[in-house]
Amino acid sequence: MIWYGCSFEIAIIDALVSTIHLLLASLLLLNTLRYYMPQKERFIHLFAWCVFLTAIIIILTRLELTGLLIHNHGYSEFFDRSVVIRISLYFLFIGCIALMSVIWYNRVEQDERGKRKQDLEKLAKDAELFKLRQQLQPHFLFNSLNSINALIGVRPAEARKMVQQLSDFLRGTLKKEEQQWVNLKEEMQYLQLYLDIEKVRFGNRLSTVVNTDESAENLKLPALLLQPIVENAIKFGLYDTMGETIIIISAKNEDNKLIVEVQNPFDPETSAPQQGTGFGLKSVQRRLFLLFARNDLLKTTAKENIFTTTVTIPQHV
Amino acid sequence: MYKIVIIDDEPLARSIVKEYLQKHTELELSQECGDGFEGVKAIQQHKPDLIFLDIQMPKINGFEMLELVDERPAVIFTTAFDEYAIKAFEAHAIDYLLKPFNQERFDKAIAKWLQQADSTKESTKDLLETASLSPAQAQRIVIKDGSKIKIIPAHEVFYLEAADDYVKVHTKDGYFLKSKTMGHFEQVLDANQFVRSHRSYIINISQITRIDPYEKDNHVAVLKSGAKVPVSRSGYPKLKSVLGF
Repeated sequence: MIWYGCSFEIAIIDALVSTIHLLLASLLLLNTLRYYMPQKERFIHLFAWCVFLTAIIIILTRLELTGLLIHNHGYSEFFDRSVVIRISLYFLFIGCIALMSVIWYNRVEQDERGKRKQDLEKLAKDAELFKLRQQLQPHFLFNSLNSINALIGVRPAEARKMVQQLSDFLRGTLKKEEQQWVNLKEEMQYLQLYLDIEKVRFGNRLSTVVNTDESAENLKLPALLLQPIVENAIKFGLYDTMGETIIIISAKNEDNKLIVEVQNPFDPETSAPQQGTGFGLKSVQRRLFLLFARNDLLKTTAKENIFTTTVTIPQHV
Repeated sequence: MYKIVIIDDEPLARSIVKEYLQKHTELELSQECGDGFEGVKAIQQHKPDLIFLDIQMPKINGFEMLELVDERPAVIFTTAFDEYAIKAFEAHAIDYLLKPFNQERFDKAIAKWLQQADSTKESTKDLLETASLSPAQAQRIVIKDGSKIKIIPAHEVFYLEAADDYVKVHTKDGYFLKSKTMGHFEQVLDANQFVRSHRSYIINISQITRIDPYEKDNHVAVLKSGAKVPVSRSGYPKLKSVLGF
């Protein structure tokens, strides 16, 4: 059989050698691109690299076929005549491989980068949430210790009780790091410890009213969320007014959402309205945003001389 | 016999100072007060030799209270945690007690005061200069108006005017005198809100309704209240940049 003036044998050898070279060149290209991905503006390098590979395999194929494998004068002439077609085909093939691998490796890298970014974000979020939960006012701690110090001399039994309350309170801030969510009943018990300590510190000036709807008791909320809100209300109330400060805390279940309201008195004549949301509330707001990706869960309103902080906790389905 | 006054808003914090005072028979407790207003009255009435003063108290803090007192007694500050205040104490070598403190530390503070009763008053004056630069005090101006104490939120001030050793603080209720310098207020008040338009004037820019030319090179700012405040040649560009016109 004759193909374009070549015997079947020669045609097979030619095809085999050419294909092997092409495959080797493609492998080389793939491996290079795996480790060295050209920058966006440097695709000219890739083009040059393809031209170079095409030239190399054309020369190698020519040398091997005409010099070593096929000792036929008609064949080398045939090869030279078909060289343009061979170059075009090689270049096209190598070019396609290059393009495909660039696209493929880019995808892989992008996926990896995306995953890394996600991991990093989660890590940062966890760290920030941890820090926000742990925020304890040193002012509160040292003043409580000072009150205990005073009680030891005059009313030792009360001093003991307060040591116990303060320990339970501190243990609560440490313990809850693993379990992010607690039910309202637990959170209220914890809050009560805090309120009792503050009442010892401020004596008659501070009183509290707590109203919890029974239907809300088993709703969930992020642990230690309420204490900074109440702390802010107590500070605002005690340092902005002169007389007795009543803090009213109420919780209810509204369409299966937990709504907690904290009220404190303030003096509208001396407090600038924008001062209302202090640092304590900013950290609560940030925490809610990290947990729910919403900024509308914490609201404050000032009406006459009552400042109200309302927090809404959506329930997980 | 020395007279003592204790000013602290927490009853137990006052009682521990009372307890520690018992063994110092040369010191006599004249009064204990739960806030700065009572404190000012007690100091005027008893003219104590030494006061124990908390910083964080309702309405006006310990520093603001001291500013309202004409004849300042020696002071030992008692505080739980206040980075700003502690820095101020250290800068002026003033003795302070960090809560909770024990009898020994308390006795030391008393002994130190007995040794150098006069020099502490001088350093208190310097301390107040530093303390009045605190962020809390940029929000309000505390003024003694006769026997009453007035707290003016910064945003309610119309403008400030220099008057010899005093500054006139103009508000909707007329003006009040505060013994501070213009430079002090320029430094303390929020620079985006208050502009020194003239050597003798600082304007609250939210009060300005218009700025008119006045004589050659000068301007005058007309406030919502109708007051006209001079703007000097160097004050005009400052107003321009803050108001953004």
